[in-house]
Amino acid sequence: MDVRLRLFAGLRQVAGYKEKVVNLPEGAVVADLLGELPQSIVGRTFYIAINEEYARRDSALKDGDLVALLPPVSGG
Amino acid sequence: MSAIHNPLFTIHHSLLTPAMPNTKLFEITESPLSQDDILRRVSRADCGGVVTFAGTVRGTTATGDGERGTDFLDYEAYIPMAEKMMARIGDEVMERWPQVKAVSILHRIGRCEIEEPTVLIAVATPHRGDGCFEACRYAIERLKAVVPIWKKENWADGEVWVEGPRQPELIVSGE
Repeated sequence: MDVRLRLFAGLRQVAGYKEKVVNLPEGAVVADLLGELPQSIVGRTFYIAINEEYARRDSALKDGDLVALLPPVSGG
Repeated sequence: MSAIHNPLFTIHHSLLTPAMPNTKLFEITESPLSQDDILRRVSRADCGGVVTFAGTVRGTTATGDGERGTDFLDYEAYIPMAEKMMARIGDEVMERWPQVKAVSILHRIGRCEIEEPTVLIAVATPHRGDGCFEACRYAIERLKAVVPIWKKENWADGEVWVEGPRQPELIVSGE
């Protein structure tokens, strides 16, 4: 299955891209996706949202999901 | 009230009545924010107390190396999720303070100059003792914890994306 990975703010800057498609085996969860992330963002702290809802490491992924990598928020 | 959160309804509504004031209660916008505007959005005949909070751009920021002068801020948001989370904060407020009749949260994105408001929150209640002060404080604290918006500090000699305090329950990355 393919999921769309989208990066925001400092994570986008460090990774050098805004969005890419990641291929994962059927039944993959968020933790499986973490292994596919670029080396440049390993060690950084982030949250993940699947289709605009916060997710956990064991949240299930499905084909076509929009997975957002979110640095700790700093609005206000 | 749920109808105005439906994006299809919003588009339809704005096409039909472009001259009507904006009635969206939870909005990310590139336009300058106005206290009068947010007051109108929550104004109701049954409410005699409205508390508003404005977050504005400070001209200095504390860093590990001491205080630095800020030139301006740039804000970015994950817009659909941010508006959804702001609406959810509005729901939380209504649950915790049942007397609250209306909540609006507006956040600006793009370039914001010193002293300009970047976020406005308004909470309306029938009377001042009905929780409007506490609810407004709650809303800004929640926004700063969970709404996907980020600011970039711009100085004379550089820029940096700011990361807010980490929310342990939201962290997914390996520590």
